[in-house]
Amino acid sequence: MNEILELDRISLTYHTPSGEIPAIGSISFSVENGEFIAIIGPSGCGKTSILSIVAGLLKPSGGEVRINGKKVVKPDGSIGYMLQKDELFPWLTIEQNVRLPLEIKGLKGTEYSEKVRSLLKKYGLWEFRGSYPSELSGGMRQRAALIRTLSSSPDLLLLDEPFSALDFQTRISVCDDVYEIIKKEKKTAVLVTHDITEAISVADRIVVLTKRPSKILNIHDIDTDKTLSPLKRRENKDFSAWFERLWRELNYENK
Amino acid sequence: MKTNEKYSKEHLLYVNNRRKNKFFIIAMRFLVLAAFISLWEILSAVGAIDSFLMSSPSRIIKTVKNLVVTGNLWMHVGTTLYETVVGFLIATALGTAIAVAFWWSENLRKIFEPYVIVLNSLPKIALGPIIIVWFGSGTKSIVFMTVIITLIVTIITMQNAFLSCGKGKIMLMKSMGANKFQILSKLILPHSFPSFISCLKINVGMAWIGSIMGEYLTSKQGIGYLIVYGGQVFKLDLVMASTVILCVLAGGMYALVALLEKKTTRKRER
Repeated sequence: MNEILELDRISLTYHTPSGEIPAIGSISFSVENGEFIAIIGPSGCGKTSILSIVAGLLKPSGGEVRINGKKVVKPDGSIGYMLQKDELFPWLTIEQNVRLPLEIKGLKGTEYSEKVRSLLKKYGLWEFRGSYPSELSGGMRQRAALIRTLSSSPDLLLLDEPFSALDFQTRISVCDDVYEIIKKEKKTAVLVTHDITEAISVADRIVVLTKRPSKILNIHDIDTDKTLSPLKRRENKDFSAWFERLWRELNYENK
Repeated sequence: MKTNEKYSKEHLLYVNNRRKNKFFIIAMRFLVLAAFISLWEILSAVGAIDSFLMSSPSRIIKTVKNLVVTGNLWMHVGTTLYETVVGFLIATALGTAIAVAFWWSENLRKIFEPYVIVLNSLPKIALGPIIIVWFGSGTKSIVFMTVIITLIVTIITMQNAFLSCGKGKIMLMKSMGANKFQILSKLILPHSFPSFISCLKINVGMAWIGSIMGEYLTSKQGIGYLIVYGGQVFKLDLVMASTVILCVLAGGMYALVALLEKKTTRKRER
């Protein structure tokens, strides 16, 4: 087994002045190298918190996360985090934005500049390298945000509803785009989403969570043809069957 | 802009109208000033208004000329300009530094919050007598007055700018493994730069209030001194002339900040 990420009995309790809320009950699963995992669940079930815990931004109340066998204690830049909004810095050019993770780590050599240049060229951002984010379309900005997370060569990508801020049309094509880039770069990805169709169209496995305090309800192997793009997968005949099944799980069995 | 492209008539008309309108606005601005000055001059010349009380443009020019000839003008201008600029720079630098400290430590900010609020509401002129006792009558007191008037506004403006930075961007920086100093230098400070420029613009006005008010309280030279002195000996020509000089100086300082803004903000965020 080539496990890159292990969640070992993760639990989380939120503390507020008026009391404590158990958000995550106990969650364990592992992700293999090169896998694309989607996590879905009812709103407020702590999906985003799971990613924050994996990234080391949030300390779990119990259990531990291991990346490549090493326990996560604090964020060290070994993972790439992509958020709902692109969060590109408006005062930096696209190239400077993409270079940011390298700069934070103090990696300056020519090999790194080369890496940034080749990524920009490979994924059609070369001609925009001197542009500012405000001059790019929403789809292009999200692509630049992905390239930024790739520049420091993380092993693991965490995607927190990265398409939800886009309109439907753009969303479908950016999803295709991002999926293709992640597969080309042979990255492992964990996607959190509230969109069942999105999960089915990209994931190798789907983790379904219960409502708060969340536990794992089911982990599904999605057995569609993995060579298809997310858009093509949506046309697949299994697609609606999967949709119905997951919809049922989220809406009825979760009660 | 593409120059070889042929534009439609409608577009050319639009561009032309825009240019015309811009020219019209600027021309009208000068016209308003010219009309005001001429009306003032004519009314005082025919005796419709008392030029002893209201002065007149020609008498203002004569007064300024006199000040130049006696060599006193530059001393007065220099004194006030020095007090204003030094106070402005100290208050801006110190205020920004305090705002950074408040960003760095949330506890520090919370502890000092009520003090900042009280100091902000306090009319700083009330401290006048204390300042004179502490710093004597002269430049030092006036610079101090300028600093306290400008400082609190700077702290509040910059602190709000720092805190307005999106949580998502901070989270992103943390996930990249950035430390607090990197978050400050690579995210918070550049994010707050536009606010810093507008803070400078506010501070120009505040610093002038501080220096002139300081000179009203205690001074032997400066534009504020000339205005007070002119008022006391009923030389309204001197009061008006000094006010005009003040307008030019304050406008000039504002224009410098606006120029700085233009130089530093390229096509980035609009």
